Amino acid sequence: MIKLGFVYILAGLVFAAYALLSARDQTNPRRWRNALFWGLLAASFLAGDHFGDLGNGVLVLVLAVTAGVGKLGQGTGGVALLADRQASALRFGNRLFLPALVIPAVVLFGTLVVKTWKLGEVPLLDPKQATLISLAAGALLAAGAAFALFRQPMITPLQEGRRLMDLVGWAALLPQMLAALGALFALAGVGKVVGDLVTTWIPMNTPFMAVAVYCIGMALFTLVMGNAFAAFPVITAGVALPFLIHRFGGDPAVICAMGMLSGFCGTLMTPLAANFNVVPTALLELKDRFAVIRAQTPTALPLLLINMVLMYVFAFRPHG
Amino acid sequence: MLILLGVAVVVAGFAAGFNPLLVVMASAFATGLAAGLSPVEVLSAFGKAFNENRYVSAAWLILPVIGMLERAGLQERARDLIRGLKGVTFGHLMVGYLLFRQLTSALGLTSIAGQTQTVRPLLAPMAEAAVESDGGELVDSDRQRVKAFAAATDNIGLFFGEDIFMAIGSILLMVGFLDQSGVRLEPLDLSRWAIPTAIAAFAIHGARILIFGRRLARRAGA
Repeated sequence: MIKLGFVYILAGLVFAAYALLSARDQTNPRRWRNALFWGLLAASFLAGDHFGDLGNGVLVLVLAVTAGVGKLGQGTGGVALLADRQASALRFGNRLFLPALVIPAVVLFGTLVVKTWKLGEVPLLDPKQATLISLAAGALLAAGAAFALFRQPMITPLQEGRRLMDLVGWAALLPQMLAALGALFALAGVGKVVGDLVTTWIPMNTPFMAVAVYCIGMALFTLVMGNAFAAFPVITAGVALPFLIHRFGGDPAVICAMGMLSGFCGTLMTPLAANFNVVPTALLELKDRFAVIRAQTPTALPLLLINMVLMYVFAFRPHG
Repeated sequence: MLILLGVAVVVAGFAAGFNPLLVVMASAFATGLAAGLSPVEVLSAFGKAFNENRYVSAAWLILPVIGMLERAGLQERARDLIRGLKGVTFGHLMVGYLLFRQLTSALGLTSIAGQTQTVRPLLAPMAEAAVESDGGELVDSDRQRVKAFAAATDNIGLFFGEDIFMAIGSILLMVGFLDQSGVRLEPLDLSRWAIPTAIAAFAIHGARILIFGRRLARRAGA
């Protein structure tokens, strides 16, 4: 069975290459710091399962300090000139889109078709991880297609990958760090404390009040946790089940579906949803770290309001 | 109550602009120590969770091939393509993309587009070109907002499409949670109730795209 382990080895090797290329890059004023940062990440991917829990903890701490006490650098050499890229764009025309289309095609094929393949009794792909395995396979096949079409040197994907990775910098690691922080919050029981606070302090006498508290609570708690999945069990157990569903007899399907989507409105407004809101500002080279959040908030707030109205209208209609 | 110190550390740390990786570590220690763990136990628990969540960072494997295509001129070709299609405005492009992202996500195809593989190399350059093909050169502040809008449109399309699909993580989480609480529901019961919000999201964000696009065109024409 093809498991995530293969993807981890591949990612580890790519990060190791970034570390080596960083160390050799004379144009990067902080090349050793970058080499250490990507090198530690490579070690985590290649051998993280052998370090033990404390070993991994020390590794993360060193990673965070490496990026946190001073800035990571960026090389200035080797960037393709705009004129060269334009000439290349003219030369290859729409063929440039072909490798880019390979990625979604492979992801589709992997998650819809290969996922069902079996060798004897064992599925070929680990079913829980089929999407990520397919994405890695898509990246490899697209690179193969790009080599065949554009005849670039073998080192190009690693050099260009490193250039983009340096642009993202420490933000690349933020989603994984926040996932780990979420696990620690769960261990410490943060959710229960917040849920108790909400229900102790706010009176819920009418269905509309309970709808408002549930939806706004989902959005606010998602804002703080960075993730609607973390907020859902807490706020639903604290507000939706006892009040909306049991006391006022609301339809649990409507309440939960729209409650989760109220959480998604919160996701649009928090820097803690790093993958969606912080990483793109680095990828797009935006000056304002909150630019994406600023673009999303005027959609998120009215949508939250409409969501409350929808929940109130649909949850308390007669249902069987 | 003391346990909420970790939450306060995150909020204050982000607001004060400290490096977020350090803020996360500080919050982990604040939370763990408040819950009665020793520093070594906190570090071990965090290390274990970090290692188990490596799949989150494995998605960066897509960058080398994106870089290769960009070096071969992908962004420039995306711009030229939009300039060549007369009459395609910022509004058409972005509302079309929003609809595409919502519909494909609703079919479970959440990974066929995204910030790294679609927005940076394709959607953002196309959006800039669409504005510039009816007006003149974009000023820098508008260029930044156009890119941010492209990123936002991808997120909104994804979030308010994916819950219509029955086998997405959040639907399965809800089914599992409700089952433990004694409420039996099928995934389809939940996923169909994601449709009204999806329509509202399309209407609100679509309207904002059109208004923003018109304002950009007027400013570029003036």
